[in-house]
Amino acid sequence: MVVQTIVEDFPPIAAAPRRRLSWSWLGVVPFFAFTALFLLLPTGLLMVGAFQDADGYFTLNNIRNLFTETIWNAYKISIEVSFASALLGALLGFLLAYAVIGGGLPRWLRPTLMTLSGVASNFAGVPLAFAFLATLGPTGLVTVLLMYFFNFSLRSTGFNLLSFWGLTLTYLYFQIPLMVLIMTPALDGLKKEWREASSILGATRWQYWRHVALPVLWPSFLGSALLLFANSFGAIATAYALTGSSLNIVTILLYAQIRGDVLHDQNLGYALALGMIVLTGASNIFYIWLRARSERWLK
Amino acid sequence: MAFLSIQELRKVFGAASVVQKFDLAVERGEFISFLGPSGCGKTTVLRMIAGFERPTSGAIRVDGKNVTDLPPNRRNVGMVFQAYALFPNMTVAGNVAFGLKVAHRPQSEIAARVEEMLKLIKLPALGNRYPYQLSGGQQQRVALARALAIKPQILLLDEPLSALDAKIRVSLREEIRTVQRNLGITTIFVTHDQEEALSMSDRVVVMNEGRIEQIGTPFEIYNYPRTRFVASFVGTLNILQCRVADPARGTIMIDEQEIVASRGLNGAKAGELRSVALRPEAVSLREANGDWNRLRGTIEEVSFLGAIVRIRVRFKESAVSLDTFNSPGAPPPERGQSTIVSFARDDLLVLDGAEPA
Amino acid sequence: MKRGRVWSWVAIAIGAIYFFVPLIATFEFSLRMRRGTHSFDAYAVVFSDQRFQASFLYSSVLALATIVVGVLLVVPTAYWVELRLRRLRPLVEFITLLPLVIPAIVLVFGYLRIYNSSSWLPLTASERGTDILLMFGYVSLSLPYMYRAVDTGLRAIDVRTLTEAAESLGAKWPAILFRVIFPNVRSGILSGAFLTFAIVIGEFTLASLLDRPAFGPYLQLIGANRAYEPAALAIIAFAVTWACMGLINLVGSGARGTAPAR
Repeated sequence: MVVQTIVEDFPPIAAAPRRRLSWSWLGVVPFFAFTALFLLLPTGLLMVGAFQDADGYFTLNNIRNLFTETIWNAYKISIEVSFASALLGALLGFLLAYAVIGGGLPRWLRPTLMTLSGVASNFAGVPLAFAFLATLGPTGLVTVLLMYFFNFSLRSTGFNLLSFWGLTLTYLYFQIPLMVLIMTPALDGLKKEWREASSILGATRWQYWRHVALPVLWPSFLGSALLLFANSFGAIATAYALTGSSLNIVTILLYAQIRGDVLHDQNLGYALALGMIVLTGASNIFYIWLRARSERWLK
Repeated sequence: MAFLSIQELRKVFGAASVVQKFDLAVERGEFISFLGPSGCGKTTVLRMIAGFERPTSGAIRVDGKNVTDLPPNRRNVGMVFQAYALFPNMTVAGNVAFGLKVAHRPQSEIAARVEEMLKLIKLPALGNRYPYQLSGGQQQRVALARALAIKPQILLLDEPLSALDAKIRVSLREEIRTVQRNLGITTIFVTHDQEEALSMSDRVVVMNEGRIEQIGTPFEIYNYPRTRFVASFVGTLNILQCRVADPARGTIMIDEQEIVASRGLNGAKAGELRSVALRPEAVSLREANGDWNRLRGTIEEVSFLGAIVRIRVRFKESAVSLDTFNSPGAPPPERGQSTIVSFARDDLLVLDGAEPA
Repeated sequence: MKRGRVWSWVAIAIGAIYFFVPLIATFEFSLRMRRGTHSFDAYAVVFSDQRFQASFLYSSVLALATIVVGVLLVVPTAYWVELRLRRLRPLVEFITLLPLVIPAIVLVFGYLRIYNSSSWLPLTASERGTDILLMFGYVSLSLPYMYRAVDTGLRAIDVRTLTEAAESLGAKWPAILFRVIFPNVRSGILSGAFLTFAIVIGEFTLASLLDRPAFGPYLQLIGANRAYEPAALAIIAFAVTWACMGLINLVGSGARGTAPAR
């Protein structure tokens, strides 16, 4: 297989001695060895383990146990938070990116936005939780100022940083800029001539968006939203630092399980992990498929 | 009154004056080219006719109606872009139908019109393809069909052939011209390629630095360029340095050889430096009789271009390129050979300034 | 057109508020340690905390090791794939993207299963072994970013022609790799390196579950037990992230002018 690849890829060498060809694959051995040992094998074994009982026999019990109330609820909250933060992040990020690229704003704004997005999308984890506690927590600056100037109590609205909306709002801090970064190339691919062509053919601005721009952008948009979903679904540090273990999302449940705090059933842990991989994997595969689709158009 | 009339059109971007005092009257059914180097303002004028740019001053009238301030989607103008600009998410038929669809025409009318248009561009079977499945030439024909589907009053073509291969460029050029003649649609064609402009147009507008240099038929533009710019931009031109010998007799010296110019020396003084222009096809390698000019020189370069063989002959400081037809019976001369070139006195254009173009 | 621009500004303004308000609030919060006045006390406490110094140093060293190993793993692979094994590119790309699919917590769970003290390769049995496992985990996590950055750089230059040119001048492969290829993708490598640093320095999940004294778990610990120091730490972490991104921009724009001159 490898040899054949090289022959086809490199016609002049095909005539050279065969021995030289067969060594080519050696160049990628370290990479494949490394990823096999530290990426594929650990994950693969977990996936196998999800279908085994404590003695190594095949069972579907672990999968069935995922649907017990605690675990099912954890998945539900995780999915809800990821869905909300992905959808809002995608919408706001899209609008922001569009404002800078197509909104007729000064040029310097674009690199500025890109840099700030690069920073914000990587500012996640524990420090992000600290930042939002300092902002919207019980004694956070915004909470205090709202009280001081408007006599408005955030708490009276039922808002709590350690809740669904609190976590969503916090996640948006890296979701929005991530969306900006992913959507920018797609928006750049939106050619000025399409708008001009549609307008000279008699279309209004709305008709242009409905018939051309949105259909063209739709796969990238949806794909990016899926990536954001996977991104927040696998996150743990922010949630853990923010809520301790009071918000019962899957990653925190799994974290507790690994630390041996609860459950004490390793194979159920594997099933938890499998469920996560299935979800993030499915959304990523869908993302790759959508991206390929939109790239085909934009070629 | 002309069908399309453009009066005193000006466009200023910031401090740069891109189009200065552009006046043009186009008759119904005419094919007009805007020819000029990039940045000469030709595309800007086109975009003002389309409505994408608003003129700084001046007026554009179509069929007597002032459209200067109308938005593009209310002008009923068709446009074909350099980069095709087909909508990637729609099939060929969907693209062609777009203008009718947004105008809410009945389905049956749209379908009939799309079919008619695809037949017109000779792609009747490709209605269900997507743009990315088509070649560049096919895409541009679809773009043409899309522009024509809405029965526009004017067709605008913005360098539609520039992105295509040489062969397809020539065939598509003829096709566009045929379609245009059959429909009798008033057309403006922007190009920087003089061959395209000369071969397709009823009239050519040569532009430079935001101004019109000359308006005329291809024949006029090529043979009687009114300015130095037109002379050098349209066709290949030999420009030679010469010294005026005797203005009364019309004699000038090129590298110490005397020749005669039949016109253009009025007011010149003896000893003055001038530039003269000669088209390659006006120069012959055969020694001519009568009052033709003759210059002795050496063959410096022979380029075989196919039907035409371009030969450069050097005198001393100056050199001319000349075109001869290829003939299988007579191979081109060798480099280094000494020769005599000749040309009619009338073909020698004496240009105003002394500096070479 | 005019109205559209107003909405654009509104979008930008909302984005700016979302970006800056938490930073300002955090900064203000970090100054509140001394009652009734603003002071840098929280920073002083943090910087003099021995655990801060130790964990920050530990994570920095780990990040550097991750970068070195990552570069040595990714650059030759990407180069070789580009040069000889183009057919493998989709596979290699797919593998490098896997860490985006596999959550870090799942990965480390897998590590604990195969590399525990009673396994065939008991990496977690010793502290040094665990450090190495953690570092390998970070290499895995940073693969998507590192590979992307290097691959973009490699595609921008014509690897085959450059290699053939070097070969025709008599260069051996180490010379080709280190003196021709590395310098030409330097800006890609550096971008990947700074991004890796930004990711590794505050990483929590892996370090915490492998029980190593890294900066991330330290942050979490302080967050659970202190009031004002976490805000100061958040500002410090933000500054580090900012520095990394700034450096990426710097090498990204600077290298374009200098790399081809070599």
